[in-house]
Amino acid sequence: MPKPKIATCSLAGCFGCHMSVLDIDERILKLAELVEFDKSPINDIKNFTGECLVGLIEGGCCNSENVEVLRSFRKNCKILISVGECAIMGGLPSMRNGIPLKECLDEAYLNGPSVVDGQIPNDPELPLILDRVYPCHEVVKIDYFLPGCPPRADLIWNALVALLTGQPADLPYEVIKYD
Amino acid sequence: MSDKLGFTIDGKECEADKGRSILEAAADNGVYIPHLCFMKKLRPVGSCRVCTIKANGRNAAACTTPLADGMVIENNTDELNDLRRAIIEMLFAEGNHFCPSCERSGSCELQALAYRLNIMAPRFPYMFPLRKLDATHKSIFIDGNRCIQCGRCVRAASELDGKEILGFIGRGGKVRVKASSTRGLAGVDISPNDECVKACPVGSIIVKETAYRVPIGQRQYDATPIGADVESGKA
Ligand code: SF4
Ligand code: SF4
Ligand code: FES
Repeated sequence: MPKPKIATCSLAGCFGCHMSVLDIDERILKLAELVEFDKSPINDIKNFTGECLVGLIEGGCCNSENVEVLRSFRKNCKILISVGECAIMGGLPSMRNGIPLKECLDEAYLNGPSVVDGQIPNDPELPLILDRVYPCHEVVKIDYFLPGCPPRADLIWNALVALLTGQPADLPYEVIKYD
Repeated sequence: MSDKLGFTIDGKECEADKGRSILEAAADNGVYIPHLCFMKKLRPVGSCRVCTIKANGRNAAACTTPLADGMVIENNTDELNDLRRAIIEMLFAEGNHFCPSCERSGSCELQALAYRLNIMAPRFPYMFPLRKLDATHKSIFIDGNRCIQCGRCVRAASELDGKEILGFIGRGGKVRVKASSTRGLAGVDISPNDECVKACPVGSIIVKETAYRVPIGQRQYDATPIGADVESGKA
């Protein structure tokens, strides 16, 4: 039987959650025995090569590209997991959510104290920024949530092993934290 | 006639003094009933409903309902815990709770209840409201983003500190805690040692220059769930 595939991506995140995946240390060798990595910044595979069992999503949706990537993950992964506070609730980027978009752009690109000859970027190459940052489960269906900033390596490991082996997840009190 | 009342809670035979609320009587017997707006020494108001139990088959707030003899109480059941989970999730969704950067993270009662009740993500859409920060005082600030309107600070100011310096303004979903001066906190007699400052269960009332002193892993609720002190009889 071919190994199940796993894909990962970072949307509006800081790559801290990916660092936490690497933080499982030598268990990453065991993970490589259990799964094959598909599209992911870890191996730099840019496009899906086929149906994946698990997709790990870091970061929420702050622009049109994030939405597109998230939808392609939903299409190509059987089980989608929001990993970390940004994917779950928007995280730090969503601190702009109470403020109108125009005010945010003006502050960043026109009125900021270090801005000289400011201009709001509008190159057609750039993904369009959304009116606010959206948690992933408000854009597509998400199957599981692993909270933390970043989620503890043990939480990611325990959850993945449980999914891949069909065993119930062992989630001790200490590993579920929101920071 | 004895001054003790007998009751059961999740089948456990218990006994408590007359005049205790269900919440206090349970604690006397080493049973923790999750709660948020209740605080020892303050008059209970029964506003958050996290402490909802079933007394003789009917839902009631444990902090404001007096214990009666022979009561059959349900507390740690799937139905009640899911109801509590919903309340906690609503509180997360209606405010702006950025735990990763919050001064109170690790020792926050709202967060600790979410941990205890195994909340991985709220079922409700986040509202991302625009809320105000009162940072006018030199050593204390109130961050409305994290206030859960429990009223503990307002009650503590009036009942324990004897100062009417905090109150609620607005109605319904718009109700907010405010210092009773047009100049905000800077205009009232408040100091870091006041009970009203210590009463806040979350990261809304914060004493400046005191945050992030305890390393992650050693904070109040990092390894020990909220309520463990009651359950081990140490509360
Ligand atoms: S007050 Fe509590 S729940 Fe809110 S952000 Fe701070 S730690 Fe998190
Ligand atoms: S400031 Fe704190 S104590 Fe006061 S109502 Fe808000 S959450 Fe409760
Ligand atoms: S603790 Fe009883 S209603 Fe809030």
